[in-house]
Amino acid sequence: MASTTRTPHPREKRIIFKNIDRPGWTNDIECYLHDGGYEELKKAFTMKPEQIVNEVKASGLRGRGGAGFPCGVKWGFIKPGGSKPVYLICNADESEPGTFKDRYIIHQDPHQLLEGMIISCYAVNARLAYIYIRGEFPEGAKILEHALAEAKEQGFLGKNILGSGFDLEIYVFRGAGAYICGEETGLIESMEGKRPYPRIKPPYFPAVLGLYMCPTIVNNVETLCNVKHIVRIGGAEYAKMGKPNNTGTRLLCVSGDVQQPGYYEFEVGGITIGELINDICGGMKPGRTLKAVIPGGSSAKVLNAKDRYKIKAKQPDGTTVELEMGLEDIPIDFDTLAAAGSMAGSGGVIVMDDTRDMVWALNNINEFYAHESCGQCTPCREGSLWMKKITERMLHGGGVEQDTDTLKTVADNIAGRTICAFGEACAWPTQSFIDKFRDEFAATAGKKGSENGSTNH
Amino acid sequence: MDIPAELETKIDEAITQYPVSKRSATLPLLHLIQEQLGYIDEAAIEWVAKKLGLEPINVLELVTFYPMIRREPAGKHHIRVCRTLSCAMAGSYELLDTFCKYARIDRQHNGHGTHLLKSEDGKYSIEFVECLASCGFGPVCMINDDFYEAVSQEEVPQLLEKYQ
Repeated sequence: MASTTRTPHPREKRIIFKNIDRPGWTNDIECYLHDGGYEELKKAFTMKPEQIVNEVKASGLRGRGGAGFPCGVKWGFIKPGGSKPVYLICNADESEPGTFKDRYIIHQDPHQLLEGMIISCYAVNARLAYIYIRGEFPEGAKILEHALAEAKEQGFLGKNILGSGFDLEIYVFRGAGAYICGEETGLIESMEGKRPYPRIKPPYFPAVLGLYMCPTIVNNVETLCNVKHIVRIGGAEYAKMGKPNNTGTRLLCVSGDVQQPGYYEFEVGGITIGELINDICGGMKPGRTLKAVIPGGSSAKVLNAKDRYKIKAKQPDGTTVELEMGLEDIPIDFDTLAAAGSMAGSGGVIVMDDTRDMVWALNNINEFYAHESCGQCTPCREGSLWMKKITERMLHGGGVEQDTDTLKTVADNIAGRTICAFGEACAWPTQSFIDKFRDEFAATAGKKGSENGSTNH
Repeated sequence: MDIPAELETKIDEAITQYPVSKRSATLPLLHLIQEQLGYIDEAAIEWVAKKLGLEPINVLELVTFYPMIRREPAGKHHIRVCRTLSCAMAGSYELLDTFCKYARIDRQHNGHGTHLLKSEDGKYSIEFVECLASCGFGPVCMINDDFYEAVSQEEVPQLLEKYQ
């Protein structure tokens, strides 16, 4: 159980992670207040809620949970002066494989999250809010409950917060091991005490018909933390970080076959995949070469290190140019990764070297999605299980020649045919692994019985 | 069903956190009861339903959905090893095997949806779980509520020693 704390790399720009692993830092409110904590909340109360919404819009902040939807636009769906109460839910169900950022905020800097959340509640006029934390974070839930009690004692929660006339209660809700609860409408169903079957959109956009059929904002932990900093420096100043349409900083979680995996924070697009691997994470393990990268959590499409990527990039003058680059030259931002055929997703970068068997890797991912499909929609419930059965059989020497095509057909018949994006999340790995490593799949499918030596599991 | 008074106080407090709908408290109540009593049986399902003014099926459908809610007792100490990609690349399958070896758990027939694997003396139970969100420091595991990162197979005996 080696130590996992790290000093920040000089190339990092730590804003959200400023206090993570900071010497002398503790997660209690005294430490946070001593460091200027809750000053942005005081500042927020000098502003009108709409002003804060406008600052968040101006900041260009995009959701950090996976979809990258503009936060200010989401908030803008809440119409002021509506007759129904508004709720805000912090999505702390961090469960996309490869992602491990919210854990550190919750454990080490819970008041940053609470401050961002209270400001956000004020901005959208939510008087009751919940933090939906995954069940596997029992310590995190205790830390948050303690932090909430501390904040309440200091008058940052409860009735008439800091004399503003604004009332707010926040409670912690614990999940119980289901990935689907990270999907915002599944999360809402879960919070209503039902099975977390996602709702169909339209009509059930959370901002219109969310928790208890009332307007509801669901934001990721990292997104809510960003709000505090947008209030501090202003939306326009925030938007100067990163690049147009990809503003601010991004927490990147690196795992897999690099020398120094870990969590890092950079300006969005401020670093390429190659720089991240080689300069920040110490490169590949000795004697190994890069084979593949999953750039945004396990549902993001895998990228092959041998491929060239044609990327349409928008220039500052508004014109578009087509650039061709290798995997290592791709900057990590929302738009470029989307143009490269994958996504920035949740910021979980999984690196694989030349020793990795791609059928084995896909089978591992397939088992995850087969287990986590909620079972509501037939294509996903059945398809995710069949994809897993096929890759598992291939690994154990029971493959047949058509397996590669069958897998692709199954995946193609899930994506776009389900109520929620889980359908895409489970189809994209299979589609992309086959697209990028077809020869390897064909070779494995052709091997019989004990011929296949790569299956140690 | 006998719910200890102290637990019922916690339960009543939890219900107040859902002023709009008591049904929202179903999963929180299941957590509280499982923490104290170890698992959720038929009596607990009916008790929760009655407490919240629901039908037992409303509670049962959550119990059967959520992987963390158990319908049978776990071992005295419950081990969860992460199975998902980054941890598997870091050796979590081997880690699970090593835990089983030292905790004297027969690993046959393991898999999602099967009964919990337990040692004969009931001291340990183990399960493979999906991503525990510490992918950079795999393989990771939890023993009860304690979390361990970058666990080597060599460390398993001393780790188990802490949980008697």
